[in-house]
Order: sequence, then structure tokens, then C-alpha cells
Amino acid sequence: MSLSVRLTHSFEDRRFDISFEAPSGVTVLFGGSGSGKTTIVNAVAGLLRPEEGRIAVEDRVLFDSDTGTNLKPHKRRLGYIFQEGRLFPHLSVKQNLLYGRWFAPNSALPARLDDVVDMLGIGPLLTRRPNALSGGEKQRVAIGRALLASPELILADEPLAALDEARKAEILPYFERLRDEARVPILYVSHSAAEVARLATSVVVLQNGKVARQGSASEVLSDPSVTPMGVRSVGAVLEAHVTRHHDDGLSELNAGGVPLFLPRVSKDIGDMVRVRVAAQDVMLSRDRPVGLSALNIVPGTVASIRSGIGPGAIVSLDTAAGRILSRVTRRSVADLGLVPRVSCHAIIKTVSVSPQDVGG
Amino acid sequence: MMEWLSPEEQQAVLLSLRVAFWATIVSLPFGVFTAYALARWRFPGKQIVNGLVHLPLILPPVVTGYLLLITFGRRAPIGAALHEIGITFAFRWTGAALAAAIVAFPLMVRAMRLSIEAVDPKLEQAAGTLGASRIWVFLTVTLPLILPGVLTGAILAFAKAMGEFGATITFVSNIPGQTQTLPSAIYAFLQVPGGESSALRLVGISVAIAMLALVASELLARRLARRISG
Repeated sequence: MSLSVRLTHSFEDRRFDISFEAPSGVTVLFGGSGSGKTTIVNAVAGLLRPEEGRIAVEDRVLFDSDTGTNLKPHKRRLGYIFQEGRLFPHLSVKQNLLYGRWFAPNSALPARLDDVVDMLGIGPLLTRRPNALSGGEKQRVAIGRALLASPELILADEPLAALDEARKAEILPYFERLRDEARVPILYVSHSAAEVARLATSVVVLQNGKVARQGSASEVLSDPSVTPMGVRSVGAVLEAHVTRHHDDGLSELNAGGVPLFLPRVSKDIGDMVRVRVAAQDVMLSRDRPVGLSALNIVPGTVASIRSGIGPGAIVSLDTAAGRILSRVTRRSVADLGLVPRVSCHAIIKTVSVSPQDVGG
Repeated sequence: MMEWLSPEEQQAVLLSLRVAFWATIVSLPFGVFTAYALARWRFPGKQIVNGLVHLPLILPPVVTGYLLLITFGRRAPIGAALHEIGITFAFRWTGAALAAAIVAFPLMVRAMRLSIEAVDPKLEQAAGTLGASRIWVFLTVTLPLILPGVLTGAILAFAKAMGEFGATITFVSNIPGQTQTLPSAIYAFLQVPGGESSALRLVGISVAIAMLALVASELLARRLARRISG
């Protein structure tokens, strides 16, 4: 199943003109505030009526300004995961989970309560009230509630934004499982490059109310011209598989034949993971450095150099592990004589890669 | 159970309970609807509706009673039409219930409106995205969450209806066994020599019922609020 969205809408002094397709899997709407992320999600949910456009899941039209179609939210077969959870305080966790099922049409293939409860690890919480749950637990229940409504489309509007770092790390794996097990499109709003890198099957970059770019996470994030959240969020995504867990707390990965050492990754040997390497955590050296504390030294050639008005520049490096971005000063670019096609080494400190940057 | 009351006094207490009970029960759905409309909807003339609902709170009760009389009296157009189909208010206990309901209505609506305004519309929105139509959202989310306010409103209205005097006596007079409610009976006893002891007993009952209602609404509201917040 796939979702197609085309809409134009004016909101206060901003104008949105947006069009994209979201296949099965997670499509992340990525952009800063005011870029149109929430407008899109609310239009898809039916909470906002766009001035013009068409929104459809496969051939089921949810909204079409030409024919005057505008399904009410409760007829759209959605699972909406809100930022603040929005669990019903007067119902137990189990009643919250089953709420959507009361209204799901008989034709819907029901998701099984036991399966969802297992997947989210919320078995011990079933009899509790939402007020007795932690922020992370609430969000897991909210995910389950959306799933059990047997939706044809799942919407998640910055579901991690209200959580602290530890809770985010707790929830992200559940979204990865959701992505891998749900067979419906998931539209996921985020302004975090780390979430994009870990979750996105496809990324829609929004800037000033328009789609600036759409593509896979590794394509979009490793394109230095795409910086919706500012230069600090620029970074490449490497795909690697786990080869060994060492005794000293490190995991060894293999990315296209290049060994990478990272802080212990909670995956099994042989599993594929995505590793986000922020451009500002990568140093460059023309010669292979010796006597250096950094464990990861990846040889490659310069593909492009992009500098703006500030003192910095983003250097793209093609390596066997994939494209790596490095943010260095323009002075260093000149001193090292970096131009396209010269060979160069990317140096990545192991500890600069946080567990949040690594996911399945 | 009430041997210490004279038959006349008993009659007044029982009639008042009946009048207040029906006044509360029948106006309850209208109260919830009005409170919901005032809290959530935007419609032309909202301020006028709001004013009309609150009018009996501010008007002298005798004015309310007189307005009822010229609307629902047997010779008034609406009263006559209703009389044709078997509903009579004038000089009946049903008229006392109508007067009590109208005077108690603003109190009921105010309590309910406050609790509806306290419900986060985002929860109702969430219920909508999970497939619940508007009526189901109301029944499964809004209503359970405002239940403390609904009960408080109902109990306050009941207590107010028990005590209604001015509008009742103007509209349906003071007929023992028919329209002589507790306050009317107290008034009547005070008009005759030697009636003070009867009046005093009824005053005691009045105070007890009012206190009971207040305490009950307070306890209920607290218990329900605890249940909702887990």
C-alpha cells in the first residue's frame, strides 16, 4: 500500500505547496518548524482541510478538492500516534489499547492484542491507568493503540519529541519493529537527523512549505546541500553489519569491507545496522595518520566540497564504506589542498557515535 | 418513618422530593446538551442563549413565576395547546416541577460547563482518529470525563429545586397535596397562629437535605475525579 499526497494550503502568512508519495515502510517528513510537517499530517488525518489537492491511500480517496471528497477523521482508517500520547485517562491501558477495535470495520484484519502487547513489552501494564505510567510507557501504549485500530495508514507526529534522551533510546527500537512488521505506510514527522537515519525508508525534506528533496535516508542525509535543520545536523548514514562484540565494550562492524569500531551495539552478530556519522565528528587527513587515538580511519577520495558564507565547508568523501561527510574549515581545505578526486582519510572517533545514531 | 411529622407536613416533604426529583431528571439531558453547546460550539446568538439560561438566576423569582403563568397557564397559548394533548402545568405538581427545573437550570449548566471546558479537546480528536464518530466520542470519552461535573450539577439543581418558592407559588399557587412544596408549607404555617413548631420542623428538614446534597456532591465529585485520574 502507498499513500499519495498533493496539497496546497495557506496558513497565516505561509504557503504550502506539497506533493509526494509514501510507500510502505517509514516515510519521514523532515524539516524545521513552520516547514509544513504538521500541516501535512493533519491534512492526511482529516483534522485540517487543505484548500486544494488530493490525498489517497492506494485507490481509497480520503480527500479530493476536485470531487469535493473529504472523509471525516473517523472514516479514514488511521492510527495516529501523537506527541503527547493522548491516552484516555478514564480507561485502563488494556481498554485504551482496544479502543479503536470497537470501531474498526469487520472487514479489517484485526491485529492481535497478544502480539502487539508482546511486541511493545507492555504486558505488565495492562491493568494500570495511564497516569501511573512513565512517559516512555505511555508512548508505547499509544503505539499499540494506533496499531490495534487496524489502520491502513499510521501517522506519527514527533512521537519522541516530548521524551528525554534515555526514553527516546527506549522507544526508537519499537518504531524500528513497527516499520519492519507493519505492512502499511507510516508517515513520521521529525526534526531529528538521528531519527531519520535510523527509521526512514524514505525521507521527504520540507523547506519553506515545499518538498526540497525526497529519497532514501542515506541519499538525502549524505547530500550536503540538504540542511533543513542547520549544518550541525548534516551527517552521512553508513550501512554495516555486526561482525564481533569485543570484551572491552566495543562492537566491530563491517561496512563495505571497512572495519568500524563503535561503542557496544545492542544487535546480534550478522545483523545489519545503520550508523549515522555526523559531519562535525569527522576529521580529515591526506596521509594515513599514525599514533592516533581514533580507531576508525577510512580511506577514500574527495567527491565534492561545498562551502557557504561561514568559515566552514562540507567535504564529501567516497569510501568503500559509503559516502562520508566531514565538516572542516575552509582554511583546512586550502591547507590540505583538498579538491575533487584527491585521496584522503576520514577519521571517526569511536566515542563520537552515540547509541542513538545506531539502529536497525 | 416520619411519625414525628403531621400528615400535612409529610405531604409537603414528599411532594417536594417528587418535584425536585423529576425537575432534575427531566432537565438533565437538556442541561448536558446546553452546557456542551455553550462550552464547545460557536454559533450566532450564543451570548443570547447564555443570557437566557442564566436569566432565572438573576430575575426575581416572582417574575419567573409570572412569565411561566402567562406562557403555560391554562388560558395561555402554549399552556392551552399542551393541555389539549394531556400535559397540564397550571396548579399541578408538574407545574411546580417545571418552575423548579427552570430556576435550577443555570446552576446545573454552570457546573457541567466548567467540567466540559476542562476536557482536553485533543483527547476527543484522538478518539476520532481511532474511528469513533462524534456521538461515540461523546459517549465514550467526553461523558465519562465530565461525569463528576454532571453529578455535581444534578445534585446542586436538586437542592435548588427543593428550595424553590417564589416562582412556584406565583405559577401554581399553594395547594396542599398538589402544589404545596416544603417552602410553601413553611410559609403557610407561618401565616397561622401556632404554626411555628411545624414550620421549625420543616426548616430543619430543609437544612438537612441541603447539607446532605452539598456533602454528597462534594464526595462524589472527589471520588470520580480520583477514579478518572487513576
